[in-house]
Amino acid sequence: MAHLTPTPVIEPGQDRTMILNMGPQHPSTHGVLRVILEIDGESVVRIMPDIGYLHTGIEKTCEAKFYQQVVPLTDRIDYLCPLTNNLCYVLAVEKLLGLEIPPKAQWMRVLMNELTRINSHLVWLGTHAMDIGALTVFLYCFREREDILRMFEMISGQRMMTSYFRVGGLALPPPLGFFEKVREFADRFPSKVDEYENLLTSNPIWGIRTKGVATITAEDAIALGASGPTLRGSGVDIDLRRDMPYSGYENFKFNVPTAKEGDVYARYLCRVQELRESIGIVKQALDGMPEGPIKADAPKVVLPDREKMKTQMEALIYHFKIITEGFSVPPGEVYQAVESPRGEMGYYVVSDGTAKPYRVHMRSACLANMQLLPKMCEGRLIADVVAAIGSIDIVLGEIDR
Amino acid sequence: MPLSTAITDVHDLKSHPALALLLRWNSAAIEGAKFDRDEMSILVDRAHIRDACVLLRDDTSCPFNYLSDLTCVDWYPSEPRFEVVYHLLSIPNKERVRLKVRLESESPVVESVTSVWPSANYFEREVFDLFGVRFTGHPYLRRLLMPEDWDGHPLRKDYPVEGYR
Repeated sequence: MAHLTPTPVIEPGQDRTMILNMGPQHPSTHGVLRVILEIDGESVVRIMPDIGYLHTGIEKTCEAKFYQQVVPLTDRIDYLCPLTNNLCYVLAVEKLLGLEIPPKAQWMRVLMNELTRINSHLVWLGTHAMDIGALTVFLYCFREREDILRMFEMISGQRMMTSYFRVGGLALPPPLGFFEKVREFADRFPSKVDEYENLLTSNPIWGIRTKGVATITAEDAIALGASGPTLRGSGVDIDLRRDMPYSGYENFKFNVPTAKEGDVYARYLCRVQELRESIGIVKQALDGMPEGPIKADAPKVVLPDREKMKTQMEALIYHFKIITEGFSVPPGEVYQAVESPRGEMGYYVVSDGTAKPYRVHMRSACLANMQLLPKMCEGRLIADVVAAIGSIDIVLGEIDR
Repeated sequence: MPLSTAITDVHDLKSHPALALLLRWNSAAIEGAKFDRDEMSILVDRAHIRDACVLLRDDTSCPFNYLSDLTCVDWYPSEPRFEVVYHLLSIPNKERVRLKVRLESESPVVESVTSVWPSANYFEREVFDLFGVRFTGHPYLRRLLMPEDWDGHPLRKDYPVEGYR
């Protein structure tokens, strides 16, 4: 591996260097990321990410919608983990309202979130391995991802843009046969993770392309705002699910995988271990799923059941009011953060007492993680840039919003 | 979990470690504090925000070593119009605190905290891009999300949702 040690950095401004555009339509930039590279031969002298190609002004749009109408927008931010975004937003609004969520809804949220995490990590693993040249893993990962998407379709009617959580609970009760399907998947999945690991973990080519590549120290990672597996890959032991629990995560037992090296391989190991931990949480959620309602007892906020709406006058009035006028939220502000597959996903929601949010800000884990790229890549080969971008697992929808 | 009323008296909140530290340092720089929905907000004078951030980052008992988020709220048409909001996280202590700075509409300028946390770089560029708040001492204050030649700052409240047609 000696030939892969970083080449010496050439001072910028020397006329040996040239500027190379990578993206915005480069397959390994995972969307529409443009990276401007100053290169000297094969080695990168400077690197500058250029973002904004997918900016849709979602934060502005949120200010013109009722609180409930924002939920479908949050799906579109990060299309690989829609339920995590749903959860983060509804938790923030519920905190503003002071709503108490019944246990069954909380456990269902945890269950769906961990399935989402597996879904997101599978896309990451497949595309990351494909970028580096291991094509088979992609097909294996998408095979299992398809199972999860079918479960999402079963529960919400949508494969990707689920919008399954509501302020105050869930949209629908889980359909018959759903838990059996999840259990069957949870029993099968660990052997599939073994399959991916067989292909990669001790594969010498994978090792050469990832070990010691794009290294980042814990101090740099904290200073540059990294979070999630990117931070834990550098040895910082923080996971919001365990350390600042939300939505009933304090009832679950799981390990937080960390690695010390801070390179692409360390981040790979963290995420693969997370796949196993997530399936453990899914099993715990299935075993201990409480019985009871799936919506909070708050008639002015939560839509009534369809049956009640058709038989009771009061329920019909509430339904009409919520649909036409929304529900008003007491003034205040809340910052709610959850551990998304990519790191700390935060929603800062400000209410002015009306039925529309005054301000919704999304703290994107990817945006902060991307600031690590120059530190990771400068002085290394162009091929390592591809590995580094894959290893921080960016989703451009979330970066640009 | 019914809502309890917000505590806004600084003296009642002195026990909070971050506020106590800031008050010991310079009580004139603290314009107010609020404890609402289990979250602590401290309103800091514009001139002292960077020093307050350094102080909180370097504290030994509860170091707020991680900048979670930096954003802005536009309270148009009331004055002071802009509120720049800093969400700090202490990774060792698992504590959060929110700092705020209020800025008048005629000079929305505040000192950059990129020298305290380099992670503020993109966050401040985003606020500059979408709100037009300028950060002095920022190494590269250019638009981040909108095109370079864009007119106006879209997240301001006087900017129409559909944009200018």
